Amino acid sequence: MSNDINVNPGLRESATFDRTTMAEIRRAADTGIYDIRGFGAKRKLPHFDDLLFLGASMSRYPLEGYREKCNTRVTLGTRFAKKPIVIETPVTIAGMSFGALSANAKEALGRGASMVGTSTTTGDGGMTPEERGQSSKLVYQYLPSRYGMNPDDLRKADAIEVVLGQGAKPGGGGMLLGQKITDRVAQMRTLPKGIDQRSACRHPDWTGPDDLAIKIQELREITDWQVPIYIKVGATRTYYDVKLAVKAGADVIVVDGMQGGTAATQDVFIEHVGIPTLAAIPQAVQALQEMGMHRKVQLIVSGGIRNGADVAKCMALGADAVAIGTAALVALGCNDPKWSADYEKIGSAAGYYDDYQEGKDPAGISTQDPELSRRLDPVEGGRRLANYLRVLTLEAQTLARACGKNDLRNLEPEDLVALTVESAAMARVPLAGTTWIPGQQF
Amino acid sequence: MKTIDLAESSIRELNQALHDQATECTEREWAVLNPRGQHNIACGLDQNLAVDIQGHAGYFCAGMNKKAHVVVHGNVGQGVAENMMSGTVRVKGDASQAAGATAHGGLLVIEGNAGARCGISMKGVDIVVKGSIGHMSCFMGQSGSLVVCGDAGDALGDSMYEVHIYVKGKVKSLGADCTEKEMRPEHIDELTELLNRAGVDEDPRSFKRYGSARELYNFKVDNADAY
Ligand SMILES: Cc1cc2nc3c(=O)[nH]c(=O)nc-3n(C[C@H](O)[C@H](O)[C@H](O)COP(=O)(O)O)c2cc1C
Repeated sequence: MSNDINVNPGLRESATFDRTTMAEIRRAADTGIYDIRGFGAKRKLPHFDDLLFLGASMSRYPLEGYREKCNTRVTLGTRFAKKPIVIETPVTIAGMSFGALSANAKEALGRGASMVGTSTTTGDGGMTPEERGQSSKLVYQYLPSRYGMNPDDLRKADAIEVVLGQGAKPGGGGMLLGQKITDRVAQMRTLPKGIDQRSACRHPDWTGPDDLAIKIQELREITDWQVPIYIKVGATRTYYDVKLAVKAGADVIVVDGMQGGTAATQDVFIEHVGIPTLAAIPQAVQALQEMGMHRKVQLIVSGGIRNGADVAKCMALGADAVAIGTAALVALGCNDPKWSADYEKIGSAAGYYDDYQEGKDPAGISTQDPELSRRLDPVEGGRRLANYLRVLTLEAQTLARACGKNDLRNLEPEDLVALTVESAAMARVPLAGTTWIPGQQF
Repeated sequence: MKTIDLAESSIRELNQALHDQATECTEREWAVLNPRGQHNIACGLDQNLAVDIQGHAGYFCAGMNKKAHVVVHGNVGQGVAENMMSGTVRVKGDASQAAGATAHGGLLVIEGNAGARCGISMKGVDIVVKGSIGHMSCFMGQSGSLVVCGDAGDALGDSMYEVHIYVKGKVKSLGADCTEKEMRPEHIDELTELLNRAGVDEDPRSFKRYGSARELYNFKVDNADAY
């Protein structure tokens, strides 16, 4: 940061006490309360950019970009459900609540996802008719708060996602501050208007994996074993969590890495709890493989996925599909420089905005303010999201074909190398140009 | 009356038969024999049925009930009538933890005692317990009423919102932000009506009322100790 033009090069900014750190100390001293914000972890972490694909050449055979098919269709929930979900692209929309997001934003997510034949997900605030209506495949979240939970919506869902945690805050409950608890949000959650709502972090009626197995059986009984049941965990002790989730009877496991977005969480939680997405995937895949369940119980990965390369790398490491939150919001217009003046008015800037909890989003996405919400046209938003999802799919296909794969799920760790020792160790692929996978015996 | 014997039929068969009544109701009265503590008995009902469970039931008995009237002639495990929407569930014996958890409506009557976390995160249900309830009951309770004719354990109503809690006996301790409140005539009326609906013979005037002090509704630095 000390390369600013106007700063004397003799002045040296501390790497330990940099300006962001000092600003936070001042903020804490001013207010006496921790910082709450949205978005995901902002620190630099080992990530998919630290991996590269080994395209085909002499020893491997590539596929023709425009002539040879590369399948992107994936079926989720093949283990127990009578009606598994078939998605045309393995990029799904992650759970984001109505309340955190405006009704227009939820509708736009449903429209965009439906246009490309993928699924979208409710969130910590129940199912709205807008999103059910616009989503051809809707996953209904079953969260500790159980806000708006009811058997009618449960039976309307195409899948049920039991949420144990989120990558942004494994071990923490949801939060929605009073500014966003409007009449409609309050009524859907059975809460007084305007309160600072903190959701529970544990489910109210079960504890531990043995109870969860019974809970899952209950949800299956209520829905007559029709729809898949997912279990979502924040990435921490992923190897063990995945094993327990399989044992508890999940059809699909969603692992959300620490970069994963949130609508409102303590900054200390976002930045200091959990493991990077990159580190979580091999743990999850190992657990599934050891149980003979890889590909039988499908794995969805989320947390910091931005482009088709990220998608392809997740798949190569063994995921069956991915989920996106933040990137979908950006596609809708979150942090768009066209609202620069408005971001400045609220003390932020386009590209930096993370105060989703305040409900003043100039882009009209993370807000309940009717004026601001109107800025997002759900039809146009849906079109933009569909475009973006198509690009992710095309990019992932391009990389898969270059590696000679006619199905995204045929990508494998053998197609990857790592740029750094850290990412090689976490992703369990060799450091580029070597056969060295740190931490593995050979 | 139709009888299903769980010594011969599976839980799946029982629940499917009961669910089928939602589309076409062919039988209103059902008896369930030999429940033997199995889990998920009669969950997800969506029809005005009378279901008599003749014995003990396990977890999540009558979970997410809508419209049906379920009676358990025995004890129940964790989460009886969890997330109930409407109808009634009556337990003749004792209930384990989290009875009536997150339930949005209907009436849950427990003629014996209920364990810990009775009425946790309740969202509109009315719960009447003839005996006593365990610790952390009505934790984060949002709406509805909880009536206890015996005693309440530790931390009653911790972090609760707008539930009306009525306790006749002793309360071991109140949870964060839960406070004793005045019994006004409208509360006597409400309690009288609840006791009548539950078929419990108690004098409403002998109860005390508890509710939220509403001090934790918004983040305040002064409340840091309570967070
Ligand atoms: C605005 C917002 C709201 C969210 N709400 C929920 C929620 O209600 N339930 C949940 O399980 N996850 C929620 N999440 C997390 C997402 O489901 C997902 O795990 C995460 O966004 C994935 O990481 P990414 O944002 O880097 O794509 C939310 C995320 C955002 C950005």
